[in-house]
Amino acid sequence: MNGPLLQRFDRGVRRLLPFCLCLVLSLVAATPTRLPDFDMIMPALPLIGLFYWSIFRPDLIGWLPAFALGLANDLISGTPLGVSSLLFLLVRGVTVSRRRFFLSRPFRIAWWGFSVAAVCASLAQWALLSVMFRQTMGIRAVGVEALMTILLYPPLSWLFARSQRSMLINA
Amino acid sequence: MAQRFTFALLVAVSFALMLMGKADTFLAQRARLMFDDAVAPILEVMSRPAAAAARAMQIAHELVDLRADNVRLRQENDRLSHWQVVARQLDEENRFLRSQLNFVPGPDPSYVTARVIGDSDGPFVHSVLIEAGIRDGIQKGEVVLSGEFLVGRVTEVAQRAARVLLLTDINFAAPVMLENSGAKAILAGNNTEQPELQFLAPGTPVAPGDRVSTSGDGGVFPPGLPVGTISSAQEGSIRVTPFARRHQLDYVTVVDYGLPGLLSSGLSGDQ
Repeated sequence: MNGPLLQRFDRGVRRLLPFCLCLVLSLVAATPTRLPDFDMIMPALPLIGLFYWSIFRPDLIGWLPAFALGLANDLISGTPLGVSSLLFLLVRGVTVSRRRFFLSRPFRIAWWGFSVAAVCASLAQWALLSVMFRQTMGIRAVGVEALMTILLYPPLSWLFARSQRSMLINA
Repeated sequence: MAQRFTFALLVAVSFALMLMGKADTFLAQRARLMFDDAVAPILEVMSRPAAAAARAMQIAHELVDLRADNVRLRQENDRLSHWQVVARQLDEENRFLRSQLNFVPGPDPSYVTARVIGDSDGPFVHSVLIEAGIRDGIQKGEVVLSGEFLVGRVTEVAQRAARVLLLTDINFAAPVMLENSGAKAILAGNNTEQPELQFLAPGTPVAPGDRVSTSGDGGVFPPGLPVGTISSAQEGSIRVTPFARRHQLDYVTVVDYGLPGLLSSGLSGDQ
């Protein structure tokens, strides 16, 4: 009798997985690394999650969750409210519109697509914040940040793929 | 169609949030503080493994450098023993002169030491989250030190956490002076590891290695807090390397010098 209800609950919880993973990545990005050369660079970890799930399960991270993730990211990292929300919405929009292309191609094409998205997002964030602070900021750190984000895409997407296979196969 | 509408609506909300935050309304501040309170315990737990790993690496480094360190410390010890004698003499002289002047010592500032639990790392914002807030008596505007070195200023205080704006942030500025010449200037963060000195009087002699400390002007920072040393002094751009290194911030001290109160009490006394 409880079967269907429990099943539905179980399925609902599983479907929250992508969102929760992205949220955890935001938190991971905010923990102090205490490494000498890494205090200025933090890869945009939630962006990786957002890109991956926008290709493979766009139904699980819709517009509202993408917006909420951006808001949470701004609140956690201390950037002005709305900046990450806007970027995440744009990244999701572009990625979802191209997902069929990525789905039918090998991994390196998706990686290349992500690289373009990460660079564009970093530049857009740089431009937005430069306007908001009325000062241009050094572009070098932005480049390094984008590069780190791109390099972390393969291991993280592997992790996502594993969690997708084990948790979301029929959710 | 509905999808498009949601997208457009949320993009508009994002822009509205940016404008609202820019106007710095009460609401945006409240939202941030409530969220900081909620994630503080999570970040605290998450920062532990990172801290442990960093400590392990530090221990490994120390073991490697043990011999060289020993030699260096021995030399330093010799030099410091000499300084200790000088300091004793100066202390004695100071006490004597104070007694001659009927000097009234200022109140000892109260302080709170707190752990750094969040670091926004990226190139855009230089701030850290510390594990102490209103319930620990921290107030907005208080000065944050690491050891005796200036780290930044408290900009937001929640119940159990507070956000510290680091002196390297693009929104940070503090009145400072060169310790050699006493020349005043403004230290302005620029989101790099080396903030700039601005508004230094033209022709002031300045060379790499000169020490910079707070001047106490404006009543936000007390005078004499060590800030850093001049790292490069070229025409039009003087850079400072802060003493407090961001990646080494583990525990910081939040000090209440009672400075914001000084101004208002002075004004009310005039009435």
